[in-house]
Amino acid sequence: MTARRIAVISAGLSQPSSTRLLADRLTQAVVRRLTEEGLEVTVDVVELRDTAQDVTNNLLTGFANPKLESVIEKATTADGLIAVTPIFTTSYSGLFKSFIDILDPQSLADMPVLIGATGGSERHSLALDYAIRPLFSYLHSAVVPTAVYAASSDWGNGADAAVSSLPERIERAAGELAASVKVSDRSDSVRDPFALPAGFSPVGGFGAQ
Amino acid sequence: MQFGIFSVGDITTDPTTGYTPTDAERIQNILTIALHAEEVGLDVFAMGEHHNPPFVPSSPIAINSWLAAKTERIILSTATTLITTNDPVRLAEDYAMLQHVSGGRMDLTLGRGNTGPVYPWFGEDIRQGIPLAIEKYGLLRRLWHEEYVDWEGQFRSPLQGFQSTPRPLDGVAPFVWHGSIRSPEIAEQAAYYGDGFFSNHIFWPASHTAKMIQFYRQRFEHYGHGTAAQAIVGLGGQVFMRKNSQDAVNEFRPYFNSAPVYGNGPSLEDFTEQTPLTVGSPQQVIDRTLGFREYAGDYQRQLWLMDHAGLPLKTVLEQLDLLGGEVVPVLREEFAKDRPANVPDGPTHAALVAERDAAVLSAATESAGNESTPAGAVTAGE
Repeated sequence: MTARRIAVISAGLSQPSSTRLLADRLTQAVVRRLTEEGLEVTVDVVELRDTAQDVTNNLLTGFANPKLESVIEKATTADGLIAVTPIFTTSYSGLFKSFIDILDPQSLADMPVLIGATGGSERHSLALDYAIRPLFSYLHSAVVPTAVYAASSDWGNGADAAVSSLPERIERAAGELAASVKVSDRSDSVRDPFALPAGFSPVGGFGAQ
Repeated sequence: MQFGIFSVGDITTDPTTGYTPTDAERIQNILTIALHAEEVGLDVFAMGEHHNPPFVPSSPIAINSWLAAKTERIILSTATTLITTNDPVRLAEDYAMLQHVSGGRMDLTLGRGNTGPVYPWFGEDIRQGIPLAIEKYGLLRRLWHEEYVDWEGQFRSPLQGFQSTPRPLDGVAPFVWHGSIRSPEIAEQAAYYGDGFFSNHIFWPASHTAKMIQFYRQRFEHYGHGTAAQAIVGLGGQVFMRKNSQDAVNEFRPYFNSAPVYGNGPSLEDFTEQTPLTVGSPQQVIDRTLGFREYAGDYQRQLWLMDHAGLPLKTVLEQLDLLGGEVVPVLREEFAKDRPANVPDGPTHAALVAERDAAVLSAATESAGNESTPAGAVTAGE
């Protein structure tokens, strides 16, 4: 059976958190689709709250301690990433961004990513598209077209003429991510941290004799 | 194997007293510390180069020249010399001069520097850090190894028929280490030339250092300078000692907690576990340092950072007494055990001269053995 690995980053701060709730719903929907396709799926969930001190220490010292190193390894070597953050003051939470900041900027290149966010009011839903999507675009990740925003009221609303319901949005986004994860070979690829850049020469390549 | 200290020359307020030394005091303290390093029997003193306060040593060449006159035995090195923003012509001349005035008791460690504004302050671009280090060292090396140099590159005006002066002492260029925390390009450069590789070691986990050194060793062998085990490796380290380890922890903790590099971050306990920092008794320092060999292999030079984070001069001198009196003698003995005979010692001028003479002799013997080649023909073409 072919295996795929999915990493989930949840940046919710309370326990339990609606951010984690949304992350779990998205994860279940993605896993179900991949399982139906005959794939064996493993999921690594990272609650960023559990590594908040480690992330801060990494910002200060420049290196990840062994615990955080293993979290980074899981997040960056998966076949697909589900990243969910609460919206704080018009954007991703500081903890979420701090975690992204400590990653090697190349490490999420080509990663299929499903982005999600939670907030108290529907009015912040566009933060997904003006803040979080560009963040992953910068990292050259492949963000799926549907981003899922869950306001508090979404947990009690059905569909109406203007908006699809939260479960419908989750299903559509999950379908998009599952399609990308299905063809991903990221978790099998071996990266060499000592690979020299293409064309590198220890004596230079700029006409220096 | 060589043992010594390196200094970044930071001016930091002593967190236990609130006292901040002046530039004048700190510079005199650095000189005193370096002299004491020789007194307690250490082999190397290496001075950093910085161009931004609170770091005071902008000119390690001036410091090392003064020290050369005042010392007799210790090797004067750098930690590090900024190859990216210094003119290689100036470096070639300055360090060849130091080589002469010190009687060969010098080498230098090249680094790129990670302070962004220093690059534009010296007319360079930090995004070109690696190409600068590659090109400028290429020129520096030629200026020492070749009499007259024609050169053209990207980062400096061309040279036609330039002869760097003075010529290296005894015709042997100063030994060069290349330092880098995380760039394999620099390890590759060191390996290509058969130069030394110095790993700062103290800010990152040992697992990372181990991989960098392994990479350098493999590439050293690949380029034909010897086996991987014969590559020239230097390591940083950081220690604070008292007879009782708890006294060391209690005394050092306030300095650690507010130190510029790691202050207000991880706990002293976590940091000592995750990096080579050792705070405790001399015996603990001995044990930890001997452990470096397990992942770095038999190496050539161990330098410790001792005077930083606002530690008072008196304390630093006491630390050197412990280092020279109790730690290094044991390390010399222990590191010598099971060390393969073909692993080189720490580089010295005398050893480089002997190596050059041996190479010349073996080339001469080879050509003498080749009967069809007339005696003068080998050198005639060069």
